[in-house]
Amino acid sequence: MSGNASAAMPRVVGDLSGEGIIREIKASGIQFVISVPDITTSEGLLRPLAKASDPRLIRICKEDEGVAICAGLAYTGKRGLLLIQQTGLLDSINAIRGNAVEYSLPICMMVGLLQKEKGIPPRQSKSYGVRIVEPILDAMGIVYHNLEEDSDVPKIRPAIDKAFTDSKPVVLLIGQTPS
Amino acid sequence: MMDRKKTLAVIARHVTEADIVLPVYSTAFDWLDVRPSPLNYLSHGAMGLASSHALGLALGRPDKRVIVLDGDGSLLMNIGTLVSTAEAAPKNLYHFVCENGTYEANGGHPIPGRGAVSFAGMARSAGHKNVHEFSDLKMLEQQIGAILAEPGPVFVCLKIVSSGEQERDYSRLHGPHVRKAFRDALGAG
Repeated sequence: MSGNASAAMPRVVGDLSGEGIIREIKASGIQFVISVPDITTSEGLLRPLAKASDPRLIRICKEDEGVAICAGLAYTGKRGLLLIQQTGLLDSINAIRGNAVEYSLPICMMVGLLQKEKGIPPRQSKSYGVRIVEPILDAMGIVYHNLEEDSDVPKIRPAIDKAFTDSKPVVLLIGQTPS
Repeated sequence: MMDRKKTLAVIARHVTEADIVLPVYSTAFDWLDVRPSPLNYLSHGAMGLASSHALGLALGRPDKRVIVLDGDGSLLMNIGTLVSTAEAAPKNLYHFVCENGTYEANGGHPIPGRGAVSFAGMARSAGHKNVHEFSDLKMLEQQIGAILAEPGPVFVCLKIVSSGEQERDYSRLHGPHVRKAFRDALGAG
C-alpha cells in the first residue's frame, strides 16, 4: 500500500500480556534493555523492567545511541534489547543501516507502534507513521515479527536467538498496549 | 593548541595491549599510525556514535578499559551520549574529544558554536564528575597516567590542531577484516 489506508475491519484479538513479554525477554538471555520511553509499552513493559535489576535498564537520550550500545554489547557476547517507539526507529534508520545491516550485527529492537489500531495490521493502519514501518523494514531487508496478542509472544525467544545465531538485526513490533 | 599526532602519542604511551580504543574519523587515521592494534574498534558507522558503541563495550566488558578518541563535530551529533554515559556510569570508560573546531573529514567547515562551546562544561553539566581539559602538551604528559587510573566515566577535552595531510583509506576503518580482527582479539582476551 502506498497511499491512504483502506477502511480495514479490525480482527478480534486477545490481550497482550506485558508480564509474558518480559518473561520471554529474560528467557532469551537479554542482559540489558536500552530504552527511550514509548507510550505504547510504557506501563506494561518499561515500568516493570525499570523496577527489576535483571535485565539492567539503560536509559538513553535518543534511539540511535541505543543501536550503537547494542552493537558494542554484541561484540562482547552480551545480549541487549532496544525498547523504543516507531518514531525512534524511523529516526535511527541510518544507524540501523550502518551498524545492524551493513556491519551485520544482532541488533534486536522491540518497537511500540504508536497509534496503531488494535486488530488492524500495521500496513492497514490509518496512521501514516505506522503504515510505513513494515515497507521500510522490507526495503532494508530486516526481519520483523508482529506481536499483537498473547499467542504471538512465543515468537520472541526464537527471533532473538536467530538474530544472534545469524548476526542479523530483528524487529519485534508491539501492536497493542501490553497489559 | 596541541598537535594531534603528538597528543595521541602521549596518550598511547599509557594505553596497554588489553585496552579497547575507539578513534573517530581524522583522529582514527593518526591513531592507526601511532598505535596499530586489533583492539582498535574502528567500525562505528558515523554520526557521532562511537561513544555509544564504547558504552556498550564498557558495559559488556567491565574488566577492560574502553577509551574513545572522539571528534568535536562527532560529539555534537550525539551530545546526549554525555548524559547517558554519566547515568550508566561505567567505571572503565574514558571519553576524550579532540577539539579542533571543524568538521575536518568533511571539508574543514567550522562546527556550530566554534570557540564558544565548552565541551568540558557540557560534560560537567551532564553529570560527569571527572572532567579535564588540556591545550598544553606538557601538562597532558604530566597528568595522563593519573587520569587513565581514575575511575570512570572520565571526560577529557583536548584542544588540538591537525597534524597535516592524511591518506584517508576508509577501508581501514570499515572493512569487514577490521571487524573480524577486533572480534577475534576481544574473544581471545
